Amino acid sequence: MPSAKYLIIGSSHAGLCALDAIRLQDTEGSVTLITRDESLPYSPTILPYVVSGDADPEKIFLRDQKAMDHLNVTFLKGETVTTVDTKAHSVRLSSGESLSYEKLLLATGATPVLPPVTGLEDEPHHVLRTLDDAMKLRTALENKHTALVVGAGLIGMHAAENLAKIGVDVTIVEALPHVLPDYFDEDGASLIQQAFSDKGIKMHLGCTMKQVARSNGAQLVTLNSGETISSDLVLVATGVRPSIDYLSEADIEVDQGILVDDRMRTSADGVWAAGDVVQAPGFFDSEKRLNGTLPDASEQGRIAGMDMVGDSALKPYKGGIGMNTYKFFGHRAFSIGLIKEANTGSDGREEDRVSAPDLEEDRVFSPASQRYQKLVFQDDRLVGALSINTDLDPGVMFEVIRRRIDLKDMKAQFVDHPQETGRILMTKVWR
Amino acid sequence: MGKGYPTIAFYPEKCNGCNDCVEACAQIKTETSEPVHSRISVAKDPDDEFYGLSLCRQCGDPRCVMDCPARALTKNEDTGVVHWDETKCVNCQICTLACPYAGITYNRITDQVMKCDLCNGDPACVKACAPMALEYKIGAEIYNTWGDLEDLFVPGVGACLGCNSELIMRHTLRRIGPNTVVATPPGCIPGVGSVGVNGITSTKTPVFHPLLTNTASMLAGVKRYYNRIGRDVTMLALAGDGGAADVGFQSLSGAAERGEQMIFVCVDNEGYMNTGVQRSSTTPYGAWTTTTPVGEALQGKTRDAKPLPLLMVLHSCEYVATAALPFMEDFYMKLDKAIEASKRGMAFIHIFSPCPTGWRFDPSQLIEVARKGVETNMVPLWEYENDLGRINITHVVNEPLPVVTYLKSIGKYRHLSDEQLVYIQRKTDERFELLKKFTKESKLEGLSDAA
Ligand SMILES: Cc1cc2nc3c(=O)[nH]c(=O)nc-3n(C[C@H](O)[C@H](O)[C@H](O)COP(=O)(O)OP(=O)(O)OC[C@H]3O[C@@H](n4cnc5c(N)ncnc54)[C@H](O)[C@@H]3O)c2cc1C
Repeated sequence: MPSAKYLIIGSSHAGLCALDAIRLQDTEGSVTLITRDESLPYSPTILPYVVSGDADPEKIFLRDQKAMDHLNVTFLKGETVTTVDTKAHSVRLSSGESLSYEKLLLATGATPVLPPVTGLEDEPHHVLRTLDDAMKLRTALENKHTALVVGAGLIGMHAAENLAKIGVDVTIVEALPHVLPDYFDEDGASLIQQAFSDKGIKMHLGCTMKQVARSNGAQLVTLNSGETISSDLVLVATGVRPSIDYLSEADIEVDQGILVDDRMRTSADGVWAAGDVVQAPGFFDSEKRLNGTLPDASEQGRIAGMDMVGDSALKPYKGGIGMNTYKFFGHRAFSIGLIKEANTGSDGREEDRVSAPDLEEDRVFSPASQRYQKLVFQDDRLVGALSINTDLDPGVMFEVIRRRIDLKDMKAQFVDHPQETGRILMTKVWR
Repeated sequence: MGKGYPTIAFYPEKCNGCNDCVEACAQIKTETSEPVHSRISVAKDPDDEFYGLSLCRQCGDPRCVMDCPARALTKNEDTGVVHWDETKCVNCQICTLACPYAGITYNRITDQVMKCDLCNGDPACVKACAPMALEYKIGAEIYNTWGDLEDLFVPGVGACLGCNSELIMRHTLRRIGPNTVVATPPGCIPGVGSVGVNGITSTKTPVFHPLLTNTASMLAGVKRYYNRIGRDVTMLALAGDGGAADVGFQSLSGAAERGEQMIFVCVDNEGYMNTGVQRSSTTPYGAWTTTTPVGEALQGKTRDAKPLPLLMVLHSCEYVATAALPFMEDFYMKLDKAIEASKRGMAFIHIFSPCPTGWRFDPSQLIEVARKGVETNMVPLWEYENDLGRINITHVVNEPLPVVTYLKSIGKYRHLSDEQLVYIQRKTDERFELLKKFTKESKLEGLSDAA
């Protein structure tokens, strides 16, 4: 049986960052990297741009074969891991072959989940997670005029915008009352929704899809409100779940995802996991949860790699923080940390306020200029930052949160001039 | 072997907020002076006049590169520049979330991100910065230059945890090279293993173990022999403060006066550390040692340290320098000069060498302690070149820290009374003033003033 000192399953952000961290310390130990994709490594985040044509599918790869050779890595494409045997320290591949490992990293990411909708499984529909999905969607769009996007999370919104940009008539259906519920509060979402409807995108918020059927070559979707929408194509983006099917018989603790500690170690000896596939400690409390963002996947991958190779510079994982940048129709937004927990809303609404009465917020909301800034504090520490069309630096805000910087008497200044004060703080912490 | 890359260093204390860098950047990148196009920006803290810099640090392990889903950001392995490829960028802005320094920022006019590319190695902002708060610098340059040379000291030696002498040994030998005869008189360095453990030496050059008293005279003899047979071999002494300033002094002084060709390195850990921490003539005033105890009668050493490097200047050595390892570039520069000077006569380097074991501080703090020694002016870094005839301070400390910040970090000074602290501060200032007298232009004027 072929063997590898380091075996990495999954060649996306988490897997590649682990690979780099390992090679920084151990240039000799054998590494095998496996992906079930038929292509070189790429990021799922790029896919909406592949669909729209903004990104050339030939030029999206995160590494080429030369880079793999340079790092002395055995790269296996188009191979799916079907089982893991933690006692024998081996994995089995779809080709029937087995591979043994000394140290194993599971970085298999996430897979789309389909909502329970009558007819959905039998009707042609699209999802967007792999390059294959993107190419299928791209081809399907030729000579199609209308598309229905189900789910207004980041994936759905990115896809909807990019479809609209190539002239497709897009409708979005979202079960919650506003778009991007994971990242924006109602006021923030209202600005985004405005921009989308200005571009002619129709949104059915607070609605779910009940049934899908075929009628006259188009697909007829019925919503829970009774409304029906006819569309040439349906894209389902209602969420993802960790890809852990291959672990059903393995002796590794899983909940919704693979459970890991702050060094990305799983319950099994010699097995690490990182990225969208894990359920890791949170930043604001230690409860383990799914996070599913790209920066988190690379951070976790790097930590896993450092721990696998025994890098003494490793600093344990500080915990997942929900965050993202979001660019839409020429606007620029981001959201980091506890954004919705302290929502008073523009008219004093408190419906979003969750179990965190000690949070304090500072808001500047100006819908006329499509700008919104919200800073959330707990004592004298920043715990959340949201911006739409302001000059704030997301990376600086993230670091101020991540380092739990006690602003003390700088807090007033921070509230008045968050961009400058944040930048000054970062100059001070840099050595 | 790895590589050090260029970056732009920022000294906030020198910045006056003039924004000339911002204008220069906008000019060179877009031929406008619109700050919105500048890749560098300066934020001002209204309270304490502190300036913050936003600029790409060209990180060694850049997060923006790690997090780019389009591979539009890459670190160029030759130049070290973090390169942004506009044709691949999909404008997702994730890089702006990855950078804690606002080194890659959004430009609302172009609706794209932008970042510094170091202007092909000749950055406009640095040239425009009159107060010199920006400096174009190659990180770890000595590593690029010397990193591939062989370490002439074996791994796994018997040094205490956090030993400064081991570092000195490795760096000095690496730079000076194998064509060297090394003399290591009794002290920590032979203790660490220079002359052997169980009959095998740890030094990959010829090495011998003279007496404490005769290191310089033995090296002088060996050198004269090689000169006679026409071989150009470097002589190197690695001696402690005992072997240089105390009982070793007469042979050192004699060799210096005769102009014997050698590099004599004094590893000054301010006492006899390997025999159980006894005082030496370089132990500073107030320091605890086992022979200058702290109790009812005594509060550490009652006499001042002998200023050995200055005494060596007065011997008209070809080259004299002080060094400390947190300032590696400075140290390597001095080794270079010492090698040249030793072809003509005596080159003497006095290395400040804090000792975690004998001085009582945490081994992890070695470099920090040594840095504070320099930054309080207790250990000024300087060099003397005989043909110039004056001292040159090689690392100017603009605002020296009070000596307590250094003394407080070391166990052997823990007992010091306020009066003793005042005395040490005064003595440090006086010695520094004396040193400055030697920096005068004219050789005669400087020396006669001082003497
Ligand atoms: C359309 C879209 C847009 C997105 N936009 C953003 C965004 O704007 N910001 C953001 O932060 N995040 C975004 N994300 C999420 C982001 O892409 C993920 O968080 C990130 O890719 C997670 O990386 P990962 O390495 O954990 O897993 P993945 O990227 O999911 O990669 C998993 C890897 O594992 C392999 N694999 C899986 N199972 C097996 C198996 N059994 N055998 C062998 N190989 C296997 C796959 O082939 C793949 O190589 C987006 C995602 C999508 C789909």
